[in-house]
Amino acid sequence: MAAVAPTSRSRRPDRRASNLITAFTDSRWLGPVAFVLAIGFPFAYSSNYALSVTTSAAVFVMLAVGLNIVVGYCGLLDLGYAAFFAVGAYVSGILATQHGFSMVETIPFVILATIVAGLIIGTPTLRLRSDYLAIVTLGFGEIIRVTANNLDITGGPSGIYGIPSFELFGYSLTDQRRLYYFTVCVAALAVAGASRLGRSKLGRAWRFIREDEDAAEAMGINTYTTKIAAYVVGAVWGGLAGTLFASQLSAVSPASFTFLYSALVLMAVVLGGMGSMPGAVLGAIFISLAPEVLRDLSKYQYFAFGIFLIVVMLFRQQGLWPARAVERDARRDVPDVEPTLADGDGLR
Amino acid sequence: MSLLEVRNLELRFGGVIAVDGLTFSVGDGEIVSVIGPNGAGKTSAFNCITGFYRATGGSARFAGREVTKDRPSRIAASGIARTFQNLRLFPELTVVDNVRAGLHTQLRENVFDALLHTPRYRRAEQFCSDESHRWLDFVGMTGDRGRLVRNLPYGDQRLVEIARALATRPKLLLLDEPGAGLNHGEKARLIDLIRRIKKLAVAVVLIEHDMGLVMKISERVVVLNYGKAIADGPPEQVKRDPAVIEAYLGPDEETSQSVGTDVERGDTHAGGS
Repeated sequence: MAAVAPTSRSRRPDRRASNLITAFTDSRWLGPVAFVLAIGFPFAYSSNYALSVTTSAAVFVMLAVGLNIVVGYCGLLDLGYAAFFAVGAYVSGILATQHGFSMVETIPFVILATIVAGLIIGTPTLRLRSDYLAIVTLGFGEIIRVTANNLDITGGPSGIYGIPSFELFGYSLTDQRRLYYFTVCVAALAVAGASRLGRSKLGRAWRFIREDEDAAEAMGINTYTTKIAAYVVGAVWGGLAGTLFASQLSAVSPASFTFLYSALVLMAVVLGGMGSMPGAVLGAIFISLAPEVLRDLSKYQYFAFGIFLIVVMLFRQQGLWPARAVERDARRDVPDVEPTLADGDGLR
Repeated sequence: MSLLEVRNLELRFGGVIAVDGLTFSVGDGEIVSVIGPNGAGKTSAFNCITGFYRATGGSARFAGREVTKDRPSRIAASGIARTFQNLRLFPELTVVDNVRAGLHTQLRENVFDALLHTPRYRRAEQFCSDESHRWLDFVGMTGDRGRLVRNLPYGDQRLVEIARALATRPKLLLLDEPGAGLNHGEKARLIDLIRRIKKLAVAVVLIEHDMGLVMKISERVVVLNYGKAIADGPPEQVKRDPAVIEAYLGPDEETSQSVGTDVERGDTHAGGS
């Protein structure tokens, strides 16, 4: 039916120049190389300040990657993502300080609590679309913060103090450097896990929903449960980041989980390029480190930060590292020419 | 018993009756065209059968099972695939990824397979890619399949949508105006494609305004007007049916005998939108 052979239409003027770079960024080595760079960082800068800032950045990467699943992959605008971060931080904080759990032991409970939180926010709200969903998630984020502010078990406005460090194989991660390595490893697993999910059946279903919900439904994808899955996975990622956060600061209080924080995570995702995992990582590192780099400007710090964000968004709307738009290895030769429609399941 | 049994199907939007007691059936591997003037309720009937609209009355049974109360995804998984009147592809995804959507329910991989890249994950993904390419081959979509579907020429987009629907391995394929916007050559290839789909033992129901195409391909034609089936039979018989002629040309007893052939060129009257 294609009267027009579309080969002449592919426009890639910068092909030769960018070939080497894209060959690397599309390869499986991108993640490992980034990981090695992150692990090598303390050998270049090992001050407690540098390590503390970069540990926070690693936690923030985890948050951005989790939100990227919800917003970037599935297209559900969530303005209350800090709620899941708070649930994770508070659940491990409370269990560790009041019930004598070690931080590692709190992880299963954090996962469970965030799954429940994801279902609570997801089940009633996902029938809504776009703007309405954004408003409701914003409300949910505030509800969690206000609740934490008023309950006794969460320590009210002053929060919870004395949250212990992680202990692994008898090593306590009180030392900045050890904590940094641990956090980077967890964040790396989070990034790898999220991007693997993105390349799976579930991840594709999320993108189909983002592109056209009715068409996805017509393909036999239950859009309702698939969207809830996005919420739940995003919530677990956020909750685990909350656990790391609580342990790093040894204290949590409602002031850490404001709307501004949700907005910053969203900003990292948008800045990086929605739906792109490398983008979310880059955006998160950028958002968490830029204010530190601009610290010398003292009171103009956030002013400069704001200006910079506007400039980036004006000149690079697709984000710093947008999702790949083509499939490079789309083959045309497949072994069997006739599709296997008649003989039942091709997969056993 | 028929593959699809629609009985007294009714769809009301407030006071407007879009589908008004529609009854028709489709047999295994049959090619049926649904025609009728604009606003006759053809697409509305499709939407009821595929679960996108909730029918307000009557029934639609597919392979013996009532489907009017089901979610669209459940109906799709049970073997009814469809295309949309105005293309509903996933514009920002590649051609292959679009077809992969159709294979969704056939892949046996869970979240842990995906996280750990188990052999089962690799097998499923390999199958998914291969099968997508096979369906694209089947519909005759040549050219680069790794690029975004929104950059394809219109005719190719139509083909991708059919490939995506076929990839769900339906027993019944509903095509909503598959010929709209296609040129003469593309229509000829569409006819050939629909015949090849029939050979896969898939029943095809198409809504179409192009009477030439309808008469050439249909084994049976169902004519809708005001939400009701006013005629149902082989194309030759339907073409001469006085009720059909009246629906298309308006009630004029003096001329209705002589304009029978006009229905054959009826796309001008029916507005091939």
